[in-house]
Amino acid sequence: MIECSNIIKTYKSGDVETNALNGVSFKIRDGEFVAIMGPSGSGKSTLMHIIGALDTPTSGKYILDGQDVSKLSDDELADIRKDKLGFVFQSFNLLPRATVLRNVMLPLVYSGVPKEEREKIAKQALLNSGLDEQHFYHHSNQLSGGQTQRVAIARALVNNPSLILADEPTGNLDTRTGEIVLHTFQALNEKQHRTIILITHERYVAEHADRIITVRDGELVGDEKNKNKRKVDIHLIA
Amino acid sequence: MTTSDLLEETYSALLVNKVRSGLTVLGIIIGIGSVIAMISIGQGAQGTIQSSIQSLGSNLIIITPGTQRGFGFQVSAGRGSAQSLTMDDASAIGQQLSLVQAVAPEASGRYQVTAPGTNTNTQVVGTVSAYPTVRNVTIDEGSFISDQNVTGLSKVAVIGPTTRDDLFGPGADPIGQTIRIKKVDFKIVGLTKSKGGTGFNNPDDVIYIPISSAQRFLSGNQYATTISVQAVDSQSMTDLQDQITSLLLQRHNISDPTLADFSTLNQTDIIATASSVTNTFTILLGSVAGISLIVGGIGIMNMMLTTVTERTREIGLRKAIGAKRKDINFQFLAEAVMLTFAGGIAGVVLGWSLSFLVSKFGGITTSVSLTSVLLAFGVSAVIGIAFGYYPARRAASLNPIEALRYE
Repeated sequence: MIECSNIIKTYKSGDVETNALNGVSFKIRDGEFVAIMGPSGSGKSTLMHIIGALDTPTSGKYILDGQDVSKLSDDELADIRKDKLGFVFQSFNLLPRATVLRNVMLPLVYSGVPKEEREKIAKQALLNSGLDEQHFYHHSNQLSGGQTQRVAIARALVNNPSLILADEPTGNLDTRTGEIVLHTFQALNEKQHRTIILITHERYVAEHADRIITVRDGELVGDEKNKNKRKVDIHLIA
Repeated sequence: MTTSDLLEETYSALLVNKVRSGLTVLGIIIGIGSVIAMISIGQGAQGTIQSSIQSLGSNLIIITPGTQRGFGFQVSAGRGSAQSLTMDDASAIGQQLSLVQAVAPEASGRYQVTAPGTNTNTQVVGTVSAYPTVRNVTIDEGSFISDQNVTGLSKVAVIGPTTRDDLFGPGADPIGQTIRIKKVDFKIVGLTKSKGGTGFNNPDDVIYIPISSAQRFLSGNQYATTISVQAVDSQSMTDLQDQITSLLLQRHNISDPTLADFSTLNQTDIIATASSVTNTFTILLGSVAGISLIVGGIGIMNMMLTTVTERTREIGLRKAIGAKRKDINFQFLAEAVMLTFAGGIAGVVLGWSLSFLVSKFGGITTSVSLTSVLLAFGVSAVIGIAFGYYPARRAASLNPIEALRYE
C-alpha cells in the first residue's frame, strides 16, 4: 500500500528554485499494476525516486506499508529499499563480469540471507522471471537484451519486495523483446499478485498496465483505469 | 554483509582487472621489499660491528697512556706514545678495585720477526696469563703464556694463525719451532684460534710473549702500552671506569682530571657509538625505501579513484538494492587493504630473497628480523587504509540517483 499526499520536491540551483513536483497525491493498493506516464521533464523520474526511497520529498507525506518514508535518513532509506523495493532500470545495471546467478544473489548479500539459501532463492526468482536455467552461469554481458532485463527483474524479485519499480524497462530494447519484458511484468502481477509501478514516457508501454497515472509539469494530470489493457500473446512473439 | 561476503566481493572485484591490480601491487611489493632488504642490511651491519667489538672481549675497559698536559708549550709525540702506565698501575687496579674481574697489561710493538727462511713484520704483544680471558683469545694448540713464564722471563711465544701462515705456511704445526724477534730466540708454545678479520688490524696476525720478556728484551723499559681491564659485569662498567680513573690520577699525582696522562675507553661506549652510527645508516636506508612505499601507496589511491569512477553505476546499483554507506565504504577500503596486503606478503618474500642474495653474493651480512617483517606488514595495512580511505569515502558518499545515471 502506497500513499502519497501533497508531495512537493524543490531543487535549488544557486538562487533559482524549481519545483520538480508540485503537490502530487495518489494511492496505490497492493497487487496493482500501475504505469506512471509523462514526457521528459514532467517530474516522473523525481516521483519515481521518491517512491523508490532513493530521495525524500521537500514536503508532503509518503507512506509505504504504513511507514512514513518521507523523513528518513540515508541509511534508513537504504533499509527500506533493501526490504520493500525492487528496481528494474532502463540500462539493466547488472555487474558485467559476474555470472547471472551472482547478480541475482547480490541483494541477498545485503539483506543478510545465509549463503546456503541464496542460490535456491535466486534460482527461483530467475525461473519466475522466465529465464532458462541454461543461462544461470553465463556472464551477464553474454546475454541478449531481453534476457538481461529478465535477470534484472529476477534481481528485483529476489528479496520478495512489496513493490517493484520499473524505470523505462523497455527503453533499451527493441519492440519484440520489450513485449517479452512487459509480458513478464503482467505475469508477475497476475499470477503472483506483485505490485508493479512502471515508469515510462510511451503511451503504448503504459497501456500494458491496469491503471495509468499521468504526470505533467510536476503535477498529476490524469489517473484512470486502463480500459483497453494490451495483452501480450507470448506465443505470437516467442 | 558478512566478512566473508566482503572478502568475496573484494576478491572478485580485484580479479576482474588482473593486470591493473598487479601493476598497482607492484609499487607496494617494491616498497615493502626494499624496506625489508634495506633494514636487514642495516641490522646486519650493526650485528657485524657489534660482534667484532664483542670479540675484543666482554665488559672491557681499555686504558691507554696519553700525553700529560701541563701549562705552557709542550711537544707532544701523540696520544699513545707516552709512557705513563706501569706494571704497578696494573697490579694496583687488580688488587684495590673490587669490580675488577681480571687485568691484563700489555707492552706491545711492531717488530720484524724471523723464522728459518722467512720473516714478517707483525705485532708483538707482551702480556700476562689473564690476557686470553680479558681479550677473548682462545688457544687452538699448545698453551698460552703462564704466570711462571712471566716471572721467569721465559723466551716463549704464542702465535696467531695468520702469523703462522706467514712464517711456516698454512696448516703447518708451529709448536716447538723457534722464531727470532730483535735477535732474541723465542720458542713457540701455542697457537691461537682464528678470530676472523682482515686488513690492517688483523687480530690473527699477532705474537704473544711474556710481558716481562717484552720489556726486558724488546722495549727495554718497564712501561705498559695498554692495560685491559675486565669488569665483573656489564652494569659495573661505568663505576669501574670512574674508579680506575681516580685510582690512576691518585697514583700519578694528578689533581686535575683534565690533565690526566692516560685515557680510558669503555667497551659499552664503543658499542653505543657504533650502534648509533649503524642506526643512522639503517634509518637512512629505511627512509629511502619508505619513500618508495609511499609512492606505492599513492599508486593504490590512484587506482582506487579510477575504480570508483569506473564503477559509479555499480555503486549506484548497490545503493539502490539496499547497500548502506558503510557497506560501500568497507568494500572499497577492503579492496585497497587487500591490494596492499597482497603486496605486503609478496614484498616480504622479495625483501627476504633480496637480503639473502645480498649476503650470498654481496658479502654483506644481513639479518631479517621479525620486527621488520611485522613493521612492513603493519605499514602496508596502514597505507592501504590511509590511501584507500579517500576513494572509499568518495564512493560511499555518491548519491545513488546520480550514480545510477552516470555515463
